[in-house]
Amino acid sequence: MTNLLRSLRLTLVLVVILGLVYPLVVTGFGRLLFPSQANGSLVRFGGRIVGSRLIAQAVNVPGLFHPRPSAVKYAGNGSGGSNLGPTNPALFREVGSNLAAADLPPGTKLSAVPPDMVESSASGLDPDITPANARLQIPRIARSTGLSRRWLWRLVLREETGPFLGLWGQPMVNVWRLNLALLRKSGG
Amino acid sequence: MTLQGSLQIVLVVAILLLLAIPLGNYLYRVFTGKTVWFEGGFAAVERGLYRLVGVNPSVEMDWKAYLKALLMVNFVMALFAYLIFRTMGRLPLNPDHIPSMSWPLAFNTAASFVSNTDWQNYAGESQMTILGQMVAITFLQFTSVVTGLVAAVAFLRGMTNRKSPNIGNFWVDFIRSITRLFLPLSFLLAIVFVGLGLPQTLDGAVTVHALGGGAQTISRGPVASLEAIKQLGTNGGGYFNANSAHPYEDPSALTTVLEIIAMGLIPTALVATFGKFIGNRRQAVVLYVFLAAMLLGGAFFVYGAEVAGNPLLHHLLGIGGPNMEGKEVRFGLPLTGLFTAATTAFTTGAVNAMHDSLTPLGGMLPLVFMLLNMVFGGVGVGLLNILMFLLITVFIAGLMVGRTPEIFGKKIEVREVKLATISMLVHPFLILGATAVAVAVPAGLAALGNPGLHGFTEVLYAYSSAAANNGSAFAGLAGNTLFYNLTIGMVILLGRYVSIIAMFAIAGSLAIKPVTPAGLGTLRTDTFTFGGVFVAVVLVVSALTFFPVLAIGPVAEHLQMVAGKLLP
Repeated sequence: MTNLLRSLRLTLVLVVILGLVYPLVVTGFGRLLFPSQANGSLVRFGGRIVGSRLIAQAVNVPGLFHPRPSAVKYAGNGSGGSNLGPTNPALFREVGSNLAAADLPPGTKLSAVPPDMVESSASGLDPDITPANARLQIPRIARSTGLSRRWLWRLVLREETGPFLGLWGQPMVNVWRLNLALLRKSGG
Repeated sequence: MTLQGSLQIVLVVAILLLLAIPLGNYLYRVFTGKTVWFEGGFAAVERGLYRLVGVNPSVEMDWKAYLKALLMVNFVMALFAYLIFRTMGRLPLNPDHIPSMSWPLAFNTAASFVSNTDWQNYAGESQMTILGQMVAITFLQFTSVVTGLVAAVAFLRGMTNRKSPNIGNFWVDFIRSITRLFLPLSFLLAIVFVGLGLPQTLDGAVTVHALGGGAQTISRGPVASLEAIKQLGTNGGGYFNANSAHPYEDPSALTTVLEIIAMGLIPTALVATFGKFIGNRRQAVVLYVFLAAMLLGGAFFVYGAEVAGNPLLHHLLGIGGPNMEGKEVRFGLPLTGLFTAATTAFTTGAVNAMHDSLTPLGGMLPLVFMLLNMVFGGVGVGLLNILMFLLITVFIAGLMVGRTPEIFGKKIEVREVKLATISMLVHPFLILGATAVAVAVPAGLAALGNPGLHGFTEVLYAYSSAAANNGSAFAGLAGNTLFYNLTIGMVILLGRYVSIIAMFAIAGSLAIKPVTPAGLGTLRTDTFTFGGVFVAVVLVVSALTFFPVLAIGPVAEHLQMVAGKLLP
């Protein structure tokens, strides 16, 4: 009986400290020190919020860079991967249809297609692509926007980020940064 | 596999060990009542908490009293969380209008989080309110890890006692673990996380005008504060469905490195604490060498398997290169491999890639780590499992060389060996029994997300994760059904509490034994030879138990894949 009473009191006290005070204090500090990150790293363009720098978005136009395929249709409120196993026939249907949708330049060797271009990400919201993926999209974007391939090539090079401290992670490009640069170039 | 990739893995593990060893010494000071930095401040807060809870900190408890208090606290906290899950739809802090949970899902979630498992049959963004994430999930992520920690500390006291039945005061240990370890560490890590891009807001989802036209709704919430204790407490239950693969939970390679270190920190530190308790540094060193080697070996195994990729994709579609299905670009394969090995070694269960889409061998490694359940393990319970296997190794080795089995100066007799065996056998019994039932009944088979051998592995993985209190999943399995909510919930509870109870009973019986000084007839446990025997015993026992199911699942699927066949 003493144990039960003490357990109830401990639960009550800790719910307040760990469940309310702790997250609220972190929220206060977060808002004070890092307001943009605390709010979800939202991106403004043309005077309104268009998304989050960290969250991929569906891009259906040929004139912009496409993020990785998403098994959840880029649902920012419903993340997830395909969860297809390596011998599941559905995996090959999915990758095959992603391959068809990739709109590769004619004559591209299949072995040169980077896997991140045709295989779905884990979250369905991966905002980054490999530089090889970005470069394979250049001919399509050049054709559609009239921008020179040379300029696009340089854009990808400029926006490429290396591993952290040259060690952790891999070279990649954030699709948001590419697309915002494209829109600014074309006058939005 | 490249040199740079290998360096990524080795350096994270090196940093982890460098941080963990001093922390282990600090933990020893905390749990032996020695003064620590900022003692006055901690002590004042703790006095206030003791008064609020109504405990007398000078009372000592024997193993039964300690265990009863532990179980009662866990029961009350689980009940509290269950009630929150059932009513949160009508409670405040629900900007996204999320409904309350059904009773089977609420039972599963409460059992899962109170036991440090964090198996999730719900998707955070659509089935958990902000209030639920805070007062039920974040709260239990603190208290469940503290439960594991104090259980291990109590065991260490029992093991090193000199003929005294007392193993400490549960309430004091519980409160001190929060004030002196988890709350300050989580707070610091949470602030760092916000700086690195994890959201921390009480506003719900934001709907934006997408660049390409249309709208996108983006879920947000107090993510950073949850993420810090999720990792530090080897919990693993994510704010979002995609867990640490979600860019809001793990936005960069740096954050994933921090998350790996955070989840390994305390289980790794506890090996040093154990060495301090028994007054034998060498023992800790021997364990570090073998356990770190297993962790590294596991990370390289996953890394290698995923770099090799899926030959079927090349065969059928011409796509070569590594397996990127269910992975995120920003982590790269080395850190994905290390995260996958670490999350199952430390029984965290967070994922930064979808384990269901790993190659068969890449997916087998996390499964094997959960079946072994002793590669450092979760906070506290991991050390308990290591000690359980040490007891069994000492017993077997003692029989082989004809010496009296004793460990750290205490004789091991029938009672201890029986209890250790119970604790050891619960694990395979639960996994194999539940898997056998699930693949034999329609309710079990209806939830499979993949056909063929991979479907079998999904079920095996689910119950292994539940019994090991891990929480990661082959997430293609649609677990939110009456059958899986109840069976997984039951396996979680039995996997957690039966072995804790058995280990407490061992602690109680070791506590009252005298310590005999080591003599010529003593089998030394702090040598590398014994370390090798220890690992061999673990591997042989596990291989004998689990080889058949691994052969049916991942091994056969691997053979099928390299043979170029889609369906068996």
